[in-house]
Amino acid sequence: MSRYKIHLLVCGGTGCHSSESNLVYEMLRDELERKGLEKDVQVIRTGCFGFCEKGPILKILPDNTFYTQVKPSDAKEIIDEHIIKGRRVYRLLYTDPETEEHVPDSKQMDFYKKQLRIALRNCGTIDPENIDESIARDAYQALGKALTEYTPSETIDLIKRSGLRGRGGAGFPTGLKWEIAAKNNADRKYVVCNADEGDPGAFMDRSILEGDPHSVLEAMAICGYCIGATKGLIYIRAEYPLAIKRLKIAIAQAQEYGLLGEHILGADFSFDVTLRYGAGAFVCGEETALIHSMEGKRGEPSNKPPFPAQSGYLGKPTNVNNVETLANIPAIILKGAEWFSSIGTERSKGTKVFALAGKINNVGLIEVPMGITLREIIYEIGGGVKNGKKFKAVQTGGPSGGCLTEKHLDTPIDYESLTAAGSMMGSGGMIVLDEDDCMVSVAKFYLGFIVDESCGKCAPCRIGNKRLHETLGKITAGKGTQDDIEKLRNLGSVIKDASLCGLGQTSPNPVLSTLDNFMEEYLEHVHDKKCRSGRCRDLLYYVISKEDCIGCMACKRVCPTHAISGEKKEAHVINQDVCIKCGACMEKCQFDAISLMNDYPRVSATAAQTITES
Amino acid sequence: MDGIKTLADLKKKQEEVMSRMSLRDRAENPESLVQVKVAMATCGIASGAKEVMEYFIEELYKRKIDAVVTQTGCMGYCFAEPTVEISLPGREAIVFGYVDTRKADEIIERYIKEGELVDGIIPQNYNTI
Repeated sequence: MSRYKIHLLVCGGTGCHSSESNLVYEMLRDELERKGLEKDVQVIRTGCFGFCEKGPILKILPDNTFYTQVKPSDAKEIIDEHIIKGRRVYRLLYTDPETEEHVPDSKQMDFYKKQLRIALRNCGTIDPENIDESIARDAYQALGKALTEYTPSETIDLIKRSGLRGRGGAGFPTGLKWEIAAKNNADRKYVVCNADEGDPGAFMDRSILEGDPHSVLEAMAICGYCIGATKGLIYIRAEYPLAIKRLKIAIAQAQEYGLLGEHILGADFSFDVTLRYGAGAFVCGEETALIHSMEGKRGEPSNKPPFPAQSGYLGKPTNVNNVETLANIPAIILKGAEWFSSIGTERSKGTKVFALAGKINNVGLIEVPMGITLREIIYEIGGGVKNGKKFKAVQTGGPSGGCLTEKHLDTPIDYESLTAAGSMMGSGGMIVLDEDDCMVSVAKFYLGFIVDESCGKCAPCRIGNKRLHETLGKITAGKGTQDDIEKLRNLGSVIKDASLCGLGQTSPNPVLSTLDNFMEEYLEHVHDKKCRSGRCRDLLYYVISKEDCIGCMACKRVCPTHAISGEKKEAHVINQDVCIKCGACMEKCQFDAISLMNDYPRVSATAAQTITES
Repeated sequence: MDGIKTLADLKKKQEEVMSRMSLRDRAENPESLVQVKVAMATCGIASGAKEVMEYFIEELYKRKIDAVVTQTGCMGYCFAEPTVEISLPGREAIVFGYVDTRKADEIIERYIKEGELVDGIIPQNYNTI
């Protein structure tokens, strides 16, 4: 048997896929064939490497070369230079932004140094469409171990001891969840994998399913063994076509090998998995709504209790776990509860996958041990804020989360500390905001999302959030009053207390946490009619520069509301109270003296009074 | 394949497919393994470096030595091609010249396995930046 001497790993995650990694893959193969090297060099399409900022990624083994932003047209050069002549293509290597030096080996990259990959252990190193590669990496060994060495209750106990908590956001202990489902007797039970990832900017579940689908299938089977279920369902949004495709392939391959189906690995245990598609509603990530949606009903949550573990899908006990939670299970069983619980903090064990997005240099997917600080994530792994701007806040937990500011940078991250800081773990989206972002607008953006996604079943969420959104709209338009700020706070706490499900109960968080941390920005919007970042268009002002204005009167003549005053050959002034911001003056000015600013020279209160009186 | 009916089947299957992946696992930690670099520039290939590389890959696998075999560009010793650089964990890299399959066998048996120096070493007396 001839062995491949070199492996080329091309990232096939959605991020790189959309920047033509597919074509890179094809071109590399074509080029190898042309050179007669197809027997020596293997090209593999893997899951996400995490370094989405610089995709498409191409990793060359065994020398660990990490090429970034590879274009299809680079394929020939890579094969000619690197593969045939053994010379690295320097222009494609990752460049360290600080030292500006090429980093040939991915192990030297700050992005990877601090990461600990458990859930993402196989993402970017195996071909997700080939079960053999998964098997080589221990896939289904944990299932085998559970089936042959442990009873279901021993397995549950192991998960409980590991301290694993739900990675979908709320952080409920996974072992306990399984135990409750196991204790409820019924003729049929279900294992559901919640792959309805809806937070804006979050893509960890998608990446796991795209990069290592077998880890999730295996974990579902283990869960089925523990709670006594024979049927697994993956609820996935239809807008994840690549994840769906790879899951389908993975399920078919596992069935063919007999790793799903009847009498798995010779044990008296049968389990099968099917897919259920969601239409991409945010609320369907809530487990009761998710179950209703799978039953063909409206995706609306219902009151708990009864919990799904008691009466879930089709009225049967159902265990719902998030993708990332499940991806941890096989590793825990193989390496032991003690190994897992040695990672992380007192109450939050293991690692967490975060999707870094926003104004950060290294946008991408990372997995870090619990207890790491935000500073390490943003400045060391993330490479700092884009364009050297000043860090303002990081939004975590999606629309249900909140903003963390500079003062939280050194807080160790775990479920409790994030909640205490007014945010939440959520599913792991992290959006970095810099000085150019307006916090009121950010809150408004998330509220807009909530208003779109609220299912409308309960009034606090349906009507309350609409009112919050309107009030924020008013403030960003410069029409807000002090009363509006009070209203935001009161209404926010009412929605929190009175909503039916987790979506509503957390929906005012973006508003409340920005009120807590950025009150001065709200006050500026309301009282000074000023937006310091210049994001709120209605709070921008046309201002004439005294130095550049030659007093030609052109703008004065064109102003439809006669807001411009000033004599010939003297600098003109715009009266902001009268200006309707049509922009006609700026267009007319031939000396570039008029510009759009986030503030204007203010006259003192008494002077303003005399102007209005006269 | 008839399917995997028992855990033993699964383990067997894993062994079978493992060798395809070993290259990737080893690449994680090349410093702790024997590294063999074969100079594969035009001069090297013309003198048979390709066969030598193939020989190293096959034989190291057969003799169950954990090693990473990579190719590099011309090392500059075109008079002594094929040249092979070997680094054992914790030791300085050594370059061997005129390596054919017989020499390769000797290198594996005596240098890689036993750590004995064998003939054909090209002294490295230059500095790199």
